[in-house]
Formats: sequence, structure tokens, C-alpha cells
Amino acid sequence: MNAILEGFRGFARYFGGVMGADAYAKYLEHHAASGHEEAPMTEREFWRDHTDRQDSNPQGRCC
Amino acid sequence: MGKMPDGKARTALSEDALVPDPKLPPTSVDEAVLEAEERKWTPAKIAIWAAIALLGGVAWFMLAIVRGETVNAIWFVFASVCTYLIGYRFYSKVIERYITRPNDRRATPAEYKADGKDYVRTDRNVLFGHHFAAIAGAGPLVGPVIAAQMGYLPGTIWIIIGVVLAGAVQDYLVLFFSMRRGGRSLGQMAREELGVIGGTAALVATLLIMVIIVAILALVVVNALGESPWGVFSVGMTIPIALFMGVYLRYLRPGKVLEVSLIGFVLLMAAIIGGGAVAGTEWGAAFFHLDKVTIAWGLIVYGFIAAILPVWLLLAPRDYLSTFMKIGVIVMLALAIIVVRPEITVPAFSEFASRENGPVFPGALFPFLFVTIACGALSGFHALISSGTTPKLIEKERQARLIGYGGMLMESFVAIMALVAAISIDRGLYFAMNSPAALTGGTVQTAATWVNSLGLAGVNITPDLLTETARNVGEESIVSRTGGAPTLAVGLAHIMQQFIGGTAMMAFWYHFAIMFEALFILTAVDAGTRVARFMLQDSIGNLIPKFKEHSWRPGAWLCTAIMVGAWGAVLLMGVTDPLGGINTLFPLFGIANQLLAAIALSVCLAIAARRASFKYLWIVALPLAFAAVVTITASFQKIFSPVPAVGYFANNAAFAKALADGKTEFGTAKSVAAMEAVVRNTMIQGWLSVIFVVLSIIVIITAIVATAKAFRDARNGVAHADHEDPAVPSRAYAPAGFIPTPAERELVAEWNKLPADLRLEKAAHH
Repeated sequence: MNAILEGFRGFARYFGGVMGADAYAKYLEHHAASGHEEAPMTEREFWRDHTDRQDSNPQGRCC
Repeated sequence: MGKMPDGKARTALSEDALVPDPKLPPTSVDEAVLEAEERKWTPAKIAIWAAIALLGGVAWFMLAIVRGETVNAIWFVFASVCTYLIGYRFYSKVIERYITRPNDRRATPAEYKADGKDYVRTDRNVLFGHHFAAIAGAGPLVGPVIAAQMGYLPGTIWIIIGVVLAGAVQDYLVLFFSMRRGGRSLGQMAREELGVIGGTAALVATLLIMVIIVAILALVVVNALGESPWGVFSVGMTIPIALFMGVYLRYLRPGKVLEVSLIGFVLLMAAIIGGGAVAGTEWGAAFFHLDKVTIAWGLIVYGFIAAILPVWLLLAPRDYLSTFMKIGVIVMLALAIIVVRPEITVPAFSEFASRENGPVFPGALFPFLFVTIACGALSGFHALISSGTTPKLIEKERQARLIGYGGMLMESFVAIMALVAAISIDRGLYFAMNSPAALTGGTVQTAATWVNSLGLAGVNITPDLLTETARNVGEESIVSRTGGAPTLAVGLAHIMQQFIGGTAMMAFWYHFAIMFEALFILTAVDAGTRVARFMLQDSIGNLIPKFKEHSWRPGAWLCTAIMVGAWGAVLLMGVTDPLGGINTLFPLFGIANQLLAAIALSVCLAIAARRASFKYLWIVALPLAFAAVVTITASFQKIFSPVPAVGYFANNAAFAKALADGKTEFGTAKSVAAMEAVVRNTMIQGWLSVIFVVLSIIVIITAIVATAKAFRDARNGVAHADHEDPAVPSRAYAPAGFIPTPAERELVAEWNKLPADLRLEKAAHH
């Protein structure tokens, strides 16, 4: 049972990674590791910034 | 970087001047160990590869030589997967060894430019899925369906062999070279490597090609939704669903991407089921029954609004939905084909393989089959994704092979499955669905009579079958539903109902398929319009600097309007074309896509020559030469062919003459207005072909000039400029492939023992 649950969690984590759901967690890791002085963006700020930057930096999607 | 005039493999350790941090374990498996690992053939390894080769050989034998009355679909799966494995294991390693020569001691942009936002080291398995989701869309689902006119074998061979020798090579090289340049775009690389003329031609060609590609993708959606109340309702519902998801992510629960995607998915399913109910009511059928011109205008207005709305509101949430569906659908399709294993009755080569008057797309097998199937075999559009986004996320240089080459193999597999789904339906049904209404006459009786009159072996279709199939999939009619998407949807419904649900579920599966194709395409239309708008703004910005400010509203709106107007005009031209639209325009789509591939490969050729890999330059030159020959031949036939069905100008002349003679109907055009439309359309299509081919020839010539110059420089010992970013020593390690080798595992273990303060932030979950 635990193995199934673990497998499911692993899959959800992978799927989340592919979808880009873990972007904030990665940002926090980067922020902590690079030793910035100022506090990191909050989750809400981060995602706002995340999509707003795409406004001026569009990414293609293929056919 | 040092020159290697003989193109010999270079060991990373001896040549670079990188000084690694002595406190860290090695950032790369030792070259000698790596080499030994690769060269060592244990009995188990030999047995596995012999089995793969044998199985693949048997599968190809069944498809190409035996070709009994029927062929089981499972052989398509075996032939493709075994060929991919061999191509990946052997050919891509040759490319790695002699052309790209990755160096894991060197940091990737995700490491030396890390910002936690755009440049983020991403686990290779996750990035594989991410990259695949970005490159795969509706293209591989449409082209193979249309190409099935010629029988299953030509398409199958081109998809599988083409991807191994051309498509995946392009994706891998562009990805790698862009990664070495900090994630620069294809346009920027063309400018640097090919100079002003080549670079400008590449930019203009890219812009035009994007217009054509977006227009024809939109045409596929319009053809699938025309006169289909169910489809219009459920696809239309994706807009409010996406808006809701956008607001949810922005204001209610920011960052809960998986959660909102799941909600969106449930709503989407509800929209499909609800669509059946709505289309069943009298008011629903009346309200959502729209003709193609209305839908085309709707799409144009939508395209403009979607491209100027903020990304968070519509594009980002729909992108999540699209990715979610993409992975799910492809897994489902693969499972269904493996479980159901349908028998294929389509001949290996159909009657149209040796003729050039096929009803689905005109022209001879060479070159037109090779442009009809672009995505899945060789897709130039991928060069725009492989440069830019993905290279900023790669953790180690050696992983580029898995992501670039492997990701494209995956897309090719999608194309093969689409082909299987499309050819699993009755052949008569296939031609009734994919031939323009001008030929089938639009009703079940005329269509059945016309299809039976083609004299195709084993084809004897009744009007009842057409009526019954339409009823099963919940449509009023399936006659002349051109564009590939409806055929794939019928094929998928046909396979899926054997897997889950039976005939009662066919309508659901059909609309499910239409929904996901529309979703992929709308996302590509949105994103394509935006990217094209920025390219246009930057180009105009060279003359009027104000346009370079992306936040300047009037400039942004004007450029969006120009781009939407451009693809909208082509779309309307296709929708109203008396000759059938998709069959005259689809070759242009393929030609455009392959020309982009030729441009990308030209840039790669120049770069590879600069890196002095002359002896193995054929690896790039081979697909480039093939793409160039195919597209230039196809363009020339489209421009110069005297056969009206093939040549745009020949057709133009024929219709112009008929008008001058005072005829009021000619061929499939039943009125003077229709004849005038043909004259106008063929003129535009002809000139587009001319412009494309001229621009591409310019790019190819500049690339050859750059290559020759690199060759001369190398011979004369002249050092040449390298446009790579300066090498920075890496401070992290990760294995290259899906499954780490023993030596890689050892090194990972060494890194895992490292105290946390010495380590770079961990790239998410290894």
C-alpha cells in the first residue's frame, strides 16, 4: 500500500515538474543558495511576476 | 576553443582550460571511464541489443515485405520503437562524439546564469517531459493522416527514418548550440553565423512561415468545428474555463498549478459531455450550428484579443490545460493501440502513390509526401523551441542528447500512432471524409458514389455507413470533413470504444479528440501570434526605435493586428477556397515548416564547420540537403508545374482563361465569384511559394559560404571567432541519460556525500 502511495506521489511530483508547478520552490532554493540580502518574493508575488514576465517574453508553442 | 582540423573526437579533459573547484568532486565522469563503459559489451548488453534489432527487423519485414491482406497495428509500434532505440543508442552517440562534443566540466546556462526564474537547473526527466510538451502539438496528429492517402508504408518509412537522420538531429544540434550560447534564439544565431544578409533573410522567412503555420493550424480547427454544434460548444467552453483558471491562479490560490489543472480537466470533460446534451436540444443545435466563415471570423477576433490580453488571464492557464491533456492523451492513445491492436486493411502503397492527382492532397509522392508529413519527421518549428526556452533549463551538457534527440523521437512516435489511428478506419470512409466537398458533393449518396467510382481495391462504401458513422460520433455529417483532425478523431473513437465504453461512447471519444486537437492548436495560435508580434516589433524597431518598447500599447496592438490580419487573411482564403482549402494550402504548411528546418540546419552547418568537425559534417549536410531538395523541388513544382492541380500559376492561368472566355463555371468553381476567388487565391499562394523559396535559398547559400570560409580558415590556420559564451567551470553533477550508468551512479553517490554548504542548491529531486 505504501509503495503504491509512494509511487503515486512520485508520479504527481514528476507531472508537477513537467507542468512547471514547482517553479516557486525552485526559486526559493535559488534565492537561499545565492545568499541574497532581501527577503524572497512571496508565493503570490512570484507567480504574478512569473506570468507578467511572459507578457514581454513570449514562449513559442509548437504545432 | 581549439581547432580540430581532422574532426577527431577530442577529450574534454585535455583541451579545456577550466579550473574546477578543488573542494568539489569531479563534475564529469572521467572520459576514459566513460569510453570504457561504452566500449564494453557484456553478454547481457549484446543480447538486449540483438533482441531489439531482431524485433525491429521482423516488424519492418511484416510492414514492408509481407504486407498480407491485413497488418496488425502492433508491428508499427515495434518497428518504430526498435528503430528509435537503435538510432538513439548508436546514431545520436556518433553526433555527440564528433559534432557536439559536450563537456560536463563546463557549466550550462542554467548554472552560470541561474536566476531562479528563466535559468533554472531542471531534472533531466522532468525537462524531457517539459520539452516534449512544448514541441508536440497538433502537427504530428494531422500530417500523417493526410499523407495516408498514399498508403501506410511511405509515411511510416519517412516518419521513422526521417526522425532518426533528420528531425532529431536538427532538434539536438539547435538545442546544443543554443545552450552553448546562453540560450540564444535561432534568429540571433543566424545573424551571428550567417551575417546580415543571411540573418535578415532567416528572420523574414521565419516571420512569414509563422504566419502560414498559424493560419493552416487555424484552418484545421475551423474545418473540424464547421457545422458541428457539439464541437463549437465544447471547444468554445475552453475559453471561460481558461479564464476561470487564470483568475483562480492569480487571486484565489496562486501557484496551485496541478490543482487548477485538475479542476480545469474536470470542467473540460463536463463541457464535452454537456456539448452532447446542448447539441441535442433544438435551440442548442440552432445556436451553435455555425458555418466555417463565421467560425473563421470568430477565431480571428479571438486571436487578436487573446494576443493582447495579459498572459496570466488566458494563455498561461490554457497552456497548463493543454500540457495536462497532451501527456494524458498520448499515454492513452499508446495504451489503447497496444491493448486493442487493430488490424489495418489499408494497402502499403495505395493507388495514389504512383499518381499526382490524389483527392486529399495533389502532387506526386516525391516530393509532396515529405512536405505533407513535416511534424513527426522533420519540423523546423522545433528549432524555435529548442533555441530559447529549453537550453536555459538543462543541467548538464551531456543531457542535451536525451532532451533534444530523445524528445523528438517521442514526437515521432506520436505521429506513428496518429497514422495508425487514421488508417484503422475503413478506406472508403477515409476518402469520403478527406476529399473536398467539390468532389464528394457533400451528401452521403454523392460521396459514396464518388468514392466507389475511384476504383480503389477493396473499397465499396454505402451511404448507410457514412450516415451511421456520423450518428455514432454525434455529428450531422462526416462527408468532406477535411483537415485530418476529424479523421483522427473517428479513428481514435473507433479504437477507444473497443478499449472503453463500446459504441455508446464513440461520440464522447470523437469530441474528446476534437477538443484536445483544438486545444493544442489554439495554444499554438496564441503563442505563435505573440512571438510573431514581438519579432515584427523588433524588426520595425530597427527603423522606428519606439517600436522596440514592448510595453508601448499602440505599437503592440498595431503589430498584433498586422500579424492576426496576415494569418486571418490566409485562413479566410482557405475557408472560402472553392478548391477545398486544406488540400491546396497544406503543402504550403509543410513547405514552410521544412524550409524553416533547412534554415535551422544551415545555421547548424555553419556552426559545426566553425567548430572544425569537417570529416563528420555530413551528419548535418545530409538532412539539410534532403530538406533543401524536397522543399525546393516542391516549391518549384508549385510555381512552375503545368498541371493545374499541382501548380498554383498553372491553375491561375486556367481559371483566368476560363473567365476571359466568358465561362460562368469551371472545374469545381460553380460561379464567376468562385472562379475569381480561385484566381486571387492561386496568385497569392504562388507568390508566397516564390518568396519562401527565394529566402531559403539565400539562407542556404550564405550558410555554404560560411562553411567554406571556416574550411579555408582551418586549412590556413587562421583562428576564427567563436560565438559561444565563455566557458565557466561547473559546480554540479547529474547523469546524462534516463538510467545512470555504474560510473555515473558512483559519482552521484560522491556528490551526495558532500556537505550541504558546499553544494549548489539541489536541482529538484534526482
